[in-house]
Parts: sequence; C-alpha cells; structure tokens
Amino acid sequence: MDTVKLTIDNREVEVPKGTTILKAAQKLGIDIPTLCHFELEGLGVHNRPGGCRICVVEVEKRRNLAPACVTECMEGMVVKTNSIRVINARKTVLELILSDHPSDCLQCAKSGRCELQDLAIRFGVRENPYIGGNHEMSSYQVEVSPSIIRDMNKCVMCRRCETMCNEMQTVGALSAIERGFPAVVSTAFNQHLDHSPCTFCGQCVAVCPVGALTEVDHTSKIIRAIADPTKKTVVQVAPAVRVALGEEFGMEPGTIVTGKLTAALKALGFDYVFDTDWSADLTIMEEGTELIGRLTKFLAGDKSVPLPILTSCCPAWVNFFEHQFPEMRDLPSTAKSPQQMFGAIAKSYFAEKIGCKREDMISVSVMPCLAKKYECSRDELKVNGNPDVDYSISTRELARLIKLANIDFTALPEEKFDSPLGESTGAAVIFGTTGGVIEAAVRTAYEVITKKPLPKIDFEELRGLEGVRSATVDVDGLKLNIGIAHGLGNARKLLEDIKAGRSQFHAIEIMACPGGCIDGAGQPQHHGNSDIIKARWEAIYRADREMPIRKSHENPSIQAIYKEYLGEPCGHKSHELLHTHYFDRQTTVEVDVDKK
Amino acid sequence: MDKIIIKMKKEVREKIIEICNRFNNNPGELINVLHATQDFLGYLPAEAQELIAECLHIPTAKVYGVVSFYAFFTMTPKGKYPISVCLGTACYVRGAEKILDAFKKELNLEVGQTTPDGLFSLTCLRCVGACGLAPVAMVGDKVYGRLAPADVKNIVKEYKDLEAANA
Ligand code: SF4
Ligand code: SF4
Ligand code: SF4
Ligand code: FES
Ligand code: FES
Repeated sequence: MDTVKLTIDNREVEVPKGTTILKAAQKLGIDIPTLCHFELEGLGVHNRPGGCRICVVEVEKRRNLAPACVTECMEGMVVKTNSIRVINARKTVLELILSDHPSDCLQCAKSGRCELQDLAIRFGVRENPYIGGNHEMSSYQVEVSPSIIRDMNKCVMCRRCETMCNEMQTVGALSAIERGFPAVVSTAFNQHLDHSPCTFCGQCVAVCPVGALTEVDHTSKIIRAIADPTKKTVVQVAPAVRVALGEEFGMEPGTIVTGKLTAALKALGFDYVFDTDWSADLTIMEEGTELIGRLTKFLAGDKSVPLPILTSCCPAWVNFFEHQFPEMRDLPSTAKSPQQMFGAIAKSYFAEKIGCKREDMISVSVMPCLAKKYECSRDELKVNGNPDVDYSISTRELARLIKLANIDFTALPEEKFDSPLGESTGAAVIFGTTGGVIEAAVRTAYEVITKKPLPKIDFEELRGLEGVRSATVDVDGLKLNIGIAHGLGNARKLLEDIKAGRSQFHAIEIMACPGGCIDGAGQPQHHGNSDIIKARWEAIYRADREMPIRKSHENPSIQAIYKEYLGEPCGHKSHELLHTHYFDRQTTVEVDVDKK
Repeated sequence: MDKIIIKMKKEVREKIIEICNRFNNNPGELINVLHATQDFLGYLPAEAQELIAECLHIPTAKVYGVVSFYAFFTMTPKGKYPISVCLGTACYVRGAEKILDAFKKELNLEVGQTTPDGLFSLTCLRCVGACGLAPVAMVGDKVYGRLAPADVKNIVKEYKDLEAANA
C-alpha cells in the first residue's frame, strides 16, 4: 500500500495514502477535537461534512487553516495542531456555536454526555463575546413523539442525524432546513415526526452529539407504578441489555451482567422480574412454524405462498416496510415482536395465574431500543385501550433508575429471573445481534423438519457484521437460502431484489440498527467507538455458549405453556395472542374527486 | 398512523407531473422543477412538494429543505393584490424602508406573508427599472412612484374600495 510521511506537532508519522490528518494525529495519540465528524468503523457509518471547523489545524505553506477531519495527508506535510492561531480559531468556532445554543445544561437530558459541553469544558469557555449580539436565538417548539424528543434550539447542525436517516437507513425523514441562525435538521414542513416516514429506529438520537435529540423518558412513571400498592408490576429485559448495561457503571464493554441486572430490578421493587429471552423462544416457535408451513406448501408446488418470509421482531423495520413497501406486507411473518408476545402473555396467561386484573397490572420492558416505545402505543397491540406493554424504557433509563435508587450496581449479587416467564435458551439471547434471530430459527426448524438432532449448533456462516450477508444452510438435503440485513438501507437492497424478482432467498432476517439491537438507540452511547459494539457482539455469543439449553423448542417452560395454555404453535390461541397484522402507511398524492 | 392521502386538483396534479417529466424526473433538476412549479402556482404548497418528491423519488424532507433554504421560494399563496416594495439602491436611499414599514403597519403584515382574507401579500424587490420615480412600489403590474409613507394608506384603500365595488 502507498504511504505518505508527514510531521504533526514536530513528530513524524507514516500513514497509508488517503488517511486524514485527524486519523494520522490519532495514531500519534494527538486528540484533535471534533464535533460534526462521526464514524462507526466496520459498520458503514460515516458523517464527514467538514462543516463545523472545530478540528482546524495549521498546515505549513497553506494560507487557510484546514479541517483535519476531511483533509488528506500529503508527503512532507508539516502540521501544527496546537498553535496559537489554531487555538484561537477553534475558540471562535465554539463561541459562535454557543452563541446560538441555550445554556440550560443543568436541565438538559444530555448533560454529562454532551459533546458540546465536553468541548466547552475543554476550551475553558467562561464568557462569550457573541452572546447578545444582533441576532435572535432559534425558537423552535420542543416536539415529543412516542419515542423521541426533538429540541431543535439545541441543534448544532452537525448533520449526523441526517446522514443516519438518509444514507444509513434510507428513510428520508430528515433534512437540513432553513438557513442562517434558524438552520436545523428537521422533517418536511418541520412537522411532527408522526407525520413523516420516520420509523422511530432512533439512530438519529444515537448519534446526536447534543441534547437536540433525546429519548422520551419514562423513569418517573416507573417509580410511580412501583410505588402504587394497587398495581402489580411485571418487567421484562431484552437480550442486548445484559451485554451493555455494565458500561453505564464503568464496567468493560462486553461484560455480561444478567445476574446483577436481575438483582437491580428486584431491588428497584418490581413484583415480577422476567426475561424477554423467554418470549424470544416463544417467537421462534411461532415464526419457525410459520416458516416451515410456508416452505412445505411451496415445496409441495404451491407457488402462491408468500416467500421469502421476513422476520418481524424489529418494530422499526415493521414501520419501514409499512411506509416504504406496503405492497409487500404479506411477506413478513405475522409473529409479534418478543416484547409484544411477552406483554400479551403477561396480561393474559400470567395475570390469570396470579389472579390479577389486566388493568391492575403494569407491564414494563427494558429495551436497547427506542422503536419499542412507539410499538407499545400501536392500537392493535392494546386490548380495550389497555396496552400489552405499558412502558418501554431504554438501557440508559434503567441505569438512571438504578442510580436514582442509590443501588451500587457493581456490588450487587447475581440473582435469577423469576419463574415461569424467566427461563430461556442460548437461541434467545442471540436475538440481540444481527443474524441471531435467523440462527435461532434455523436451530429449531432443522430439528422439527428432519426430526434429527442438529450435528452442530453454531451456524458461523450466519454471523458477522457486514451489512448484507447470505448463506445456504443444508437442512438434511433441503437447501435453505438465507439472507440477512442490518441497517434499513441494506434491508432496502434486499427488498428491491424481491420486488424485481431477483431474490433467491427463502428467509430473510432484518434488524434496523447497525449491528442489530446491540447498537440499538437506547443503549449506552458509544460516541462512534465501534470497538464497543464489537465487544457487545462477542458477549452475545459468549452468553449463548454459556446457556445449558441452546434451542428454543427445548425450553421446558415454553413446552409447558403450549401444553397448558396455547395448544399448538400457530394454533387458534396463538393467533389471537401472538400474531398481528400490518398497515399501509405510505403517503400518496391523489386527485381530489370532491372538488371539481 | 394510517395511510395519508393528500388530495389535489386534477389539473394541478397533471401539470406538476408534466413539469417533472419535462426535467426527466431528475433529482438534480429539483431547483428548476420548483421554479417552474412556483411560476405555475404562484407558490409551493406542501401538496405540490409531496408530489414533486414522489415524481423525483426523493424524500419530501429534502424538497422542503431546498424550498425553505432559498428566499425566492414561498409556501404562502400570493394575495389577490400582491404588493412589492422596491429596495434597490435608488429607492433605498430615498426612503424605501419607510414605505415598506408603512405597508407592514397598514396591513399588519410581515414580508412574505399574505393577509388572512387573501387580498394582500407583501414582498420586496430589487430595482424594477423605474429609478427616476424612486421610491417605487408595485401592486400587481401597476407602478406607484415618488411615494411618501403617507400615500400608503390611500393605495391600500384604493384596492379595498375596488374589492367592495366588485362584491
Ligand atoms: S428515528 Fe430513524 S427513521 Fe426516524 S428520524 Fe431518526 S433516523 Fe430517521
Ligand atoms: S439534531 Fe443533533 S445530530 Fe442532528 S444536526 Fe442537530 S445536533 Fe446534529
Ligand atoms: S434493531 Fe433492535 S434496537 Fe434497533 S430498532 Fe430494531 S428492535 Fe430496536
Ligand atoms: S469535525 Fe471537522 S469540520 Fe467538524
Ligand atoms: S448540555 Fe445541553 S445541549 Fe449539551
């Protein structure tokens, strides 16, 4: 590979051609400040508008300061990252940004994790010559949707969210609008996210450096529910939470904290602490049966069966196809997401078991996800207006609750989930990452179809972090073509193929977030460090290997609920409780027939 | 939220589709498509932007991003009597700003807005080529020159009277 040699702050460094000054400096341990620049290496996420100019450096023989994040290294370049000129320029940039930024940091949801605040601290900003100048500060209304709060007065126009929404997700809900001081990133006509094609994936929130985009916070509602003596509180925890929550308490990324997490939920006072992994196993029974059913019909010659079957566990993905590909909505499995399956069982089977009325039960989920907040609010997932899941909180919100309750997380003992909705398998925990749902389904489908034990449980060919993957799994002679996509832009590619009749897949797994739920928008912030995501990814498979049972259909408590309550997978009762239907949510402009 | 269906008059819909076709539905021609549509409709209502987005296969947010960025695009329909005050150099030095302020006060309007009854809208122009008459304002195609702030009341009244006579 071609390399170039240059000098940065009097130190020599050799880097591959095309490397930016920012990266070359990082190699020397020189940390040039950045704001708009954002990257998740290995996951296809880049935002490099070169717009904020906080990263400027002095390059010898060039008249203007150069933004380090977009300027490529050249042979013999001499760079200064900390000259007086550079420091003054950066300070001015920061002061200008701050002159159009509210300074109510104490009340801001991002306080302590805000990249702008970090810069202000780093530069020792004590006063600002530009505040009170002859301009008015932006005055946008704070907007609250089911998942996301948008406070555009705090927007610093880094355009990271726009990149996520348009390039990564290809949703196109967001764009830069207006100019000058009112310039922000917003929706068409600056209207509510609810009236846009937004999927509530939350990836815009995951990358926003400041408090402009944050999640809807339910922590105080949870505290109230737990304190209410007339209510029984039931909580479920998604697989990806257990490999990330520890980070909020200073533990190494990738630490598995299932036991402490359970202990913390009990210490918080939830009446029943259960596991979404249990309902992930249930999902496999339903979705797997549906897959086998469609395949059997197809192989018997019925070409009208909707194939490939698409997974349906990710609510942002569900929103995506409802908005963008409504004509293909017979393809996804009708199985509800594990969160909603859990909610439906908690408020039926389990409520009956403990003699609790539906209205007296508060069902809470802890999720790596912001789309799940929206999902709870969907009407078809309620019974007489009472939702199957009352509140969905993120991993971050749970950490806040734990801190609020003076619980020393790292010192907690390891506890176990309650019974009966707490038992699970290795197949369930891998739902937390891309490729996991389909691997879990294959483990079960193989044994159900062939009636033989799996020769090897680990399907390495389905694992990985590339955006689109495919593999052919040999089910005792039957060749099953499987596709996997994470990130909605990657999902779009597979959908376009299906639409054009180019797809050879029998089944496709889709997750909206890059990496799957391990990088969900409700997880502790990674600030662009993809090593954190990789560590969570490895932890998921470690958690799988540590489970005594690793196939969903072998979960004894799942077997029991079919015997006792549900009957058959995809049977009558299952359909009523565990399956759903989808809508056409596309916006179209039609001719008005009422007016002439 | 369920499917959103936006209604539009048949002629308008067909015309916008024709404009987009004329530019080969090429997203790179967005600005020209918007210009042509605004020339036809006088403004760029949300429905038109939705339809343009559909034709060019780009997000509506992007279309709105462009419309809101450039000052010459507007989302408010022009009034029946569009008032434009010239802010070119000659008019400016002869007190055009005071004329503009007088219109704002008389109509209780900001630049770029239209009165709720749809009669008057207010915009600014650069030199209309009548510098000898500075300061100048136009109502539709009619030019009013050598204006003083006190004239503004009468101009507005002229059109209000016209409206009353027609009613
Ligand atoms: S939540 Fe996802 S779809 Fe919605 S605006 Fe943010 S990035 Fe776009
Ligand atoms: S909302 Fe946040 S991520 Fe989006 S442009 Fe503004 S500051 Fe950047
Ligand atoms: S991938 Fe997971 S975290 Fe992301 S939106 Fe889907 S379900 Fe939520
Ligand atoms: S971080 Fe380099 S221009 Fe913004
Ligand atoms: S602390 Fe409030 S936006 Fe940064």
